[in-house]
Amino acid sequence: MKPAEFYQHDRLWQPPVHTPDCKTSVPRSPRLAMLSLQGSLSELTGPTFGHNDINPINNVLIRNYAKSGDPVGERINFHGRVLDENGRGVPDTLVEIWQANAGGRYRHRKDTYLAPIDPNFGGRGRTLTDADGFYCFRSVKPGAYPWRNWVNNWRPAHIHVSVFGSAFCQRLIPQMYFEDDPLIHQCPIVHAIPDRRAIDQLIAPLDTNPAIPLDCLAYKFDIVLRGRRSTLFENRLEGN
Amino acid sequence: MPQSLNYRKESPSQTAGPYVHIGLVPGAAGFSIFRQELGQDIAGPQAPGERIRVEGIVTDGTGAPVKDVLLEVWQSDAAGLYPYGKDPRDADCAPDFRGWGRVITDLETGLWTFDTIKPGSVMGRNGRAMAPPINLWIVARGINIGLNTRMCFEDEDNSTDPVLNLIEQVDRRQTLLARRVNPGHYRFDIRLQGIDETVFMDV
Repeated sequence: MKPAEFYQHDRLWQPPVHTPDCKTSVPRSPRLAMLSLQGSLSELTGPTFGHNDINPINNVLIRNYAKSGDPVGERINFHGRVLDENGRGVPDTLVEIWQANAGGRYRHRKDTYLAPIDPNFGGRGRTLTDADGFYCFRSVKPGAYPWRNWVNNWRPAHIHVSVFGSAFCQRLIPQMYFEDDPLIHQCPIVHAIPDRRAIDQLIAPLDTNPAIPLDCLAYKFDIVLRGRRSTLFENRLEGN
Repeated sequence: MPQSLNYRKESPSQTAGPYVHIGLVPGAAGFSIFRQELGQDIAGPQAPGERIRVEGIVTDGTGAPVKDVLLEVWQSDAAGLYPYGKDPRDADCAPDFRGWGRVITDLETGLWTFDTIKPGSVMGRNGRAMAPPINLWIVARGINIGLNTRMCFEDEDNSTDPVLNLIEQVDRRQTLLARRVNPGHYRFDIRLQGIDETVFMDV
């Protein structure tokens, strides 16, 4: 399969770069318009990862940093598929996550929030999707935490997700939120996304089917990457 | 009602936030968790080509260095081929060459550095060769959606590069040129906003 072209980002669906309610975006957003580019090989190819790159336990956050026992918190599995806009699963792609612990504290030297570190929780995981694009993680549900934007801003519980896809132009970092969290619609970072339907796409519903009785609950979170355009018409990408 | 198109929508991006290091470069967050970290080996020792070091600083609209940025690198080998499994020419790509890397800024100074080989000229659209490019993708707190840019080399012939020539304001083209400070050593500063703002691309 030759490198294919991809559907354009929908820039009315994606957050714009300049969102003044997220104060940090004010000095960190370009003022000039982006240069719109038809993709070249540089954008339509991307790195590949394999099972040599990761360990099987890397997606089990309740174990992968455990020192003396399990971490404290609500045990959850979350799972889903990485799909493209055509609904096809994206196989063998790297999914990486990071999150705060159950109290909303990150294991990061720059996080000074007074909620304590959990000695058995690192907050980081990674996995590869299977042949149908499925992935899963085991973790604890992260807590909300305050941040210095407006004085009393609190991030909803969330898990950062980083996905590659098959081309560098599909590279994406969304955040996963949890169904029925009242902080979601007070959050300026969430509302950097202009379209309410797009926000809904980042909210993972409770999914009791794969919950393990007497062990953990589960949430389902599908991630959609840009779709690949099939060559219905002549494709002169490589000059042939 | 016409039929539904039945496409899904791309998941909306969100900022990587201030603690991106935990997920993607945990050593920098102050802890180690996995045996092997990803992104440290753009070009392994067996990969042929001129060894180069690239460094720079990302500055914000006030001119201050951005100290919590993460950059990812994607580039071809010295012959202009990408190590891309779905490309039939993948087999011809240099051995020991990953083409992808991940770097963060020094949390105190904002300086980032990566070691690689100089890419070759890459075939662009419609058979027009591109001057050797290194693609960069930038995320950080305050950046809602990853910013794409590309770096070219001031000591290459960039005059016919099809991407640089798309930039209408000729003076802005130099924002994509890495400056050669020493043999094998290039400087590429990125300005997110304001005077000499770097050209970013919607790809």
